[in-house]
Amino acid sequence: MAALPLMKLIRLKGVPILQQLHLEERLLRTSPHNWCIINDGTNLPHIVMGISGKPAELLEINSVLRDKVPVIRRFSGGGTVIVDTGTIFVTFICNKDDVSEVQPYPRPIMSWSSLLYSKVFQGVGDFVLRENDYAFGNRKFGGNAQSITKNRWIHHTSFLWDYEINNMAYLKLPKRAPEYRLARNHLDFICCMKEYMPRTNFITRTVDALQGEFSVETTDLEAVESPPNTKFIHSSKILTERELEEAALG
Amino acid sequence: MAMRLWASKSASYLKISVFNRGFATVLKDLKYADSHEWVKVEGSSATVGITDHAQDHLGDVVYVELPELGTAVTQGSSFGAVESVKATSDINSPVSGKVVEVNKELDDSPGLVNGSPYEKGWIMKVELSNNDELKTLMDSDSYSKFCDEEDAKH
Repeated sequence: MAALPLMKLIRLKGVPILQQLHLEERLLRTSPHNWCIINDGTNLPHIVMGISGKPAELLEINSVLRDKVPVIRRFSGGGTVIVDTGTIFVTFICNKDDVSEVQPYPRPIMSWSSLLYSKVFQGVGDFVLRENDYAFGNRKFGGNAQSITKNRWIHHTSFLWDYEINNMAYLKLPKRAPEYRLARNHLDFICCMKEYMPRTNFITRTVDALQGEFSVETTDLEAVESPPNTKFIHSSKILTERELEEAALG
Repeated sequence: MAMRLWASKSASYLKISVFNRGFATVLKDLKYADSHEWVKVEGSSATVGITDHAQDHLGDVVYVELPELGTAVTQGSSFGAVESVKATSDINSPVSGKVVEVNKELDDSPGLVNGSPYEKGWIMKVELSNNDELKTLMDSDSYSKFCDEEDAKH
């Protein structure tokens, strides 16, 4: 039987989301290894848009500016989320040749990830991949995004273990929404994972599911943080107040 | 299906040889990279885009990140990206040279990459720095076989 490909696992807690995104993009583009990064909550609420996100279309900018909520444009595709201590992030970075049964395109990668998570949620709720979201029934609890390079890809997910109802008010109803959303507002569309599974159970079951496909080796953040003179240029950036003000003016 | 019919009609009008490999169209007078970009060479100038196979697998393109004019591109390296579904996907240059024109139509109409990958969905024009590199690219027959083999593996 062929040996399973190696996957390095980094387990984080409360790491700022911008730091996580910088780490992910650098590993995607400069590392030869497969990685799983799990960040159990991020320290402060942030809005995170996809690469082509337009603040005027996606955000209640005046509220965002008033409350000084940081807005990040990330390097991967996909939609807008507001993340905080109640969000659990799980990221897979893979060499396409190590997951050779998966064609390196969005839908096959999404399909592969949903099979992995179907093991995590076996016997728990009514887990289903709905278009590009993870849902229990027709309520979304996990949003996905990807970035695909020539020989590698990243698939990252923000899981709503819990959320602040007030924070959802910063997000507009997006123009590009999945059909199953049926024009529901945020609170009718999403649900919390905490109603289905304890936090630590989810993380343990995710690592267990990974071990079915990879030889998982835990490593720590210090071992992978880039030295100070590294020249890697990150795409994920916090939008300035000026950029948001200009977007509000249209 | 409508895409294939449209492609055949357009090809007849433009007097380009087209053959259908069943699902995605491949044009005979272009060269192809194994990362699914095409290049049309006219002297020392080249037009670059992504293939019908690529656009079909990527899904509806909602955004194209175009390179800046004057950027140096290197064969095999990323020069831009497309966003489709929830993914950004790198576009890799099949040739080396300097970007002299980009298709600004894609800012407002990124779907041209899906609807017209070889014509209106072109992405950039490059002033070539090394015509010899073209020998490393696939012709339409080889690319067609390459796509079949890739799809058969999955």
